Amino acid sequence: MLENLRAAWRSLSANKLRSFLTMLGVIIGVGAVVCLISLGQGAGAMITSQIRALGSNLIMIASAGRPPLLAEDAEDLVERMPELVRAMPMVSRTVTVKWGRETWETTVQGVTPDLPAIRDFYPLVGRFVQQTDIQARRRVAVVGQTVVDELFGGKLPLGETILLQGQAFTVVGIMERKGEAMGTDQDDVIFIPLTTAQRLLGTKRVNLIYAQVSDDADPSAVVQRITAIFAAKHRRSDTVRVFSQEQLLQTVAEATRTLTIMLAGIAAVSLLVGGIGIMNIMLVSITERTREIGIRKAVGARRNQLLQQFLVESSLLSVMGGVIGITAGWAGSRVVAQIGGWPTALSVQAAALAFGFAVLVGIFFGVYPAWKAANLDPIRALRYE
Amino acid sequence: MIRLQGVGKVYRMGKVLVRALEDINLEIEEGEMLAIMGPSGSGKSTLMNILGCLDRPSSGTYLWRGRDVTQLSDDQLSEFRNRWVGFVFQTFNLLPRFSALDNVELPLFYRGVPRRERRRRAREVLELVGLGDRIHHLPSELSGGERQRVAIARAVVGDPRLILADEPTGNLDSRSGGEIMNLFEELNRRGVTVVVVTHDPAIAERAPRRVLLRDGRVERDYRNGREEVMAKDA
Repeated sequence: MLENLRAAWRSLSANKLRSFLTMLGVIIGVGAVVCLISLGQGAGAMITSQIRALGSNLIMIASAGRPPLLAEDAEDLVERMPELVRAMPMVSRTVTVKWGRETWETTVQGVTPDLPAIRDFYPLVGRFVQQTDIQARRRVAVVGQTVVDELFGGKLPLGETILLQGQAFTVVGIMERKGEAMGTDQDDVIFIPLTTAQRLLGTKRVNLIYAQVSDDADPSAVVQRITAIFAAKHRRSDTVRVFSQEQLLQTVAEATRTLTIMLAGIAAVSLLVGGIGIMNIMLVSITERTREIGIRKAVGARRNQLLQQFLVESSLLSVMGGVIGITAGWAGSRVVAQIGGWPTALSVQAAALAFGFAVLVGIFFGVYPAWKAANLDPIRALRYE
Repeated sequence: MIRLQGVGKVYRMGKVLVRALEDINLEIEEGEMLAIMGPSGSGKSTLMNILGCLDRPSSGTYLWRGRDVTQLSDDQLSEFRNRWVGFVFQTFNLLPRFSALDNVELPLFYRGVPRRERRRRAREVLELVGLGDRIHHLPSELSGGERQRVAIARAVVGDPRLILADEPTGNLDSRSGGEIMNLFEELNRRGVTVVVVTHDPAIAERAPRRVLLRDGRVERDYRNGREEVMAKDA
């Protein structure tokens, strides 16, 4: 075996450029698999962690038509369902904020004092919206870090007055930095009391209720119960959409899996093409070396020995292609990660799978040329010019 | 050692059947040295291929030390060649990317001899043919005569009983050719049977026995002193 490897290495290195070009198919195939799957899994992991960052054990109830969702519905749910720790109604809209001559477009969310606990999102300086603010419909605002940066130019805005749709609000708190989640900047937000927001926007309804499930409850059972409660209350089953954080995570996992399977399919095709390239070159190489094969047969090479020799050669090509491909794919995913600020996770399984597949391809597509070489007629081979 | 009885060989070239050999009866004794002569197309090379088990006869039998080898499989023929036969060709047929040493050890590689032992024996026979100082040269770095000596070293490294040389001096000047024939004579003195195929009478003169082929048949078979050797009929 070692002898065969040595001989294979010798004949491959005699034609370095050609060997490299032959390997290129496998390199690109394996490299693409490793790179894309690493990026795909990295992205999946990132989205998962972002969903987790929304809070824990969350259920979201979104209004989907008439009759509308009301703030009382949240209190009602907490009363009727001991599985719910708390529930927070929310109304939100994109508005233009003014401070002196500065303006900034941001999302205003009317919320209750439950928000920090539900979203795991706390004020860094000052205070959050309090129950008294809700009752008195006070015009107070708690701003996110992006608003601090963009509207106030990074200055601490505590006590400043801002205008929301022409109404003056006092900044009473600044939120900690939360970062990005699900493609949106969590810090580009202004929180105001729910009641104040409803009056400002001229509505009695809410867009969304966030509910937090206790640790020992089954989220999907809770989702079903909530759906049933609203169906009974509204006498229709399509007025709200209820989904849990678990479901979102499952959806992401499913999407990642589908993506991975698709990538694997593409990779399989490109490996196949690479394999055909190997077969092509091995056939050419065998034709070129007809005389050599004749000599080997004359001095007593048996068919098996020749078969082995050429199989080792094609396998060596694909193994080297596989190793280079994994390295290149991994390096490529790191580069994309660096440039795109995208996380990457080297998938050992993907690398092993791609590598194994490449080796199989090398052997599979090497068999026919090797068989052809082994069965050459020695006299004709020796006469071949 | 070798006994050909009524050996014929028919080739198919496209749709035409070519009778390369017809009814060859030939005996070769252990330790003989003979030249096979004849004009081109007379079947010399075909006969050599059959003697060396590179090819099977279409008819007749080939007995090697009393054993019929015409029924052997391809792999058995490979093993037979590997063990008993050494080939020397007009065009040397060395592997171009392999050093002299690598070329010479090739038959031992296919015999499964361990590398160290192979290297040792290959070096020995290269010294025997006078190339002890060129064992790491590639064929392209050697002269014609030297290449043929490498080929001879390769032919004898496996300690065969039969050396088959097809026009071994055909591509060499007369001085190198003479040296090659000296080598064959030396090997023959050591007890190896040597068969040289040639159309050069000067080369054939150096063999004690000469077989003349014409149109696929043995026309004359004679030893020095003009005594005819008649092949025994089958």
